[in-house]
Amino acid sequence: MIPPLIVDEALHKGLHIIAVTDHNAVGNVGAVMEAAAGTGLWVVPGMELQCQEEVDALCLFDTLEQAQAWESQVRAVLLPFPHDAERFGPQYRVDAEGDLVAEDDSFYQGPAQISLEDAACAVHALGGLFIPAHIERPMKGLLGVLGLWPPELEADAAEVSPNLRPSAARQRFRLPPDLPLLTSSDAHWLDGIGSVMTIFVLEAPPSIAELRLALRGEGQRRVFVP
Amino acid sequence: MILRDVVAQLGLQVLAGEDALDQEVTGGYIADLLSCVMAGAQPGQLWFTLQTHLNIVAVASLVGAAGIVITEDAPVAPETVKRAEAEGVVLLLSAEPTFETVVKLARLL
Repeated sequence: MIPPLIVDEALHKGLHIIAVTDHNAVGNVGAVMEAAAGTGLWVVPGMELQCQEEVDALCLFDTLEQAQAWESQVRAVLLPFPHDAERFGPQYRVDAEGDLVAEDDSFYQGPAQISLEDAACAVHALGGLFIPAHIERPMKGLLGVLGLWPPELEADAAEVSPNLRPSAARQRFRLPPDLPLLTSSDAHWLDGIGSVMTIFVLEAPPSIAELRLALRGEGQRRVFVP
Repeated sequence: MILRDVVAQLGLQVLAGEDALDQEVTGGYIADLLSCVMAGAQPGQLWFTLQTHLNIVAVASLVGAAGIVITEDAPVAPETVKRAEAEGVVLLLSAEPTFETVVKLARLL
C-alpha cells in the first residue's frame, strides 16, 4: 500500500476521489496526496478516528494542515501505551515514492479518549466532515456499540459496510430519514480499492464544502451508491 | 431484593433516579455493547457497564432495566446524568471493577 501504487490502483479503477484514513493517524496522508498531484485524482486527507465509546468515525478535511491539526488533538488523547512493533507490526511513514522516511512508535491502537459528540464538534470546527464508519458492525460500528442512532449527534452522513446496501440498512435499522448513507471500500489492500464506491454528483470542483452540499442534496447535487 | 438495599449493600453512588429506588431487582446483565443489551437484557435486571454514552439511558429505558451501574468510577458526562434524571432511569456508580461489583450482587440475590 505505498502511495504511487494506491494512486495507480485508484485511477485504474476509474475513481476520481479517494480518502486516506488511517486509524487515529494521518502520518502517511501527505505522501499519497503528493503522489496524486497532477493525476486528476483528489486525495481527501482524513482519519478513521476511534472515539472513547469504541465507535469508528471518518474525519475528512480539505487540507493536510487541517488533518494534521486534528491529529494533534487526537494525539493528546491516545491511550498512553508504548507501541509494540512485535505484536502490532512496524508502522512505516513513507514519502510520495513509497520510500521509508521514519518508523512511527506512537500507539494508535484502541480508542482515543474523546467522545463521539465532542469529536464531531471538533472536526466541524476545523471545517471537516464527520461520518461514523461501518455503522452496522457489531464491534466499532455505531449501531453495534451504541444500539441506536444518537439523535443529538451532528454527523454529516453514515457509512455502511461494502456488503450492505444503504437501502437495506434503512430497512434493518431505524435511522434518521435525512441522514445520508454512503459506502466505501475500507480497503486495507490494493485489491480492495474501488470494490464499492459512492457517487457524488457535484456542481463545482470537488471540495469538502461541495461534498457537504451534495450530502444535503443542495441544487442538482446528490449522492448515491451505484 | 429492593434496589435501594442493593445500593446500600454495594456502596453505590446514586447519580440519577433517586425516586425510582423502590423497585425489585431480579438479576444482572453485563455488556458494553448496547446492541447486546437491547437483545439480551431482561426487565428488572441491573445492567453493569463501562459505557457512559448518552444512549445508555435510552437503552436501559427500552429494556426496562432496574438501573445502570457504571463501574470502575468511569467518568460520566453531565448530559448523561441529566438525561437519566429526566427519563427517570436509575444511574449508579461503583468505585470497584465490574467483577467485584457483580460478585457482591450475586451474593445478595
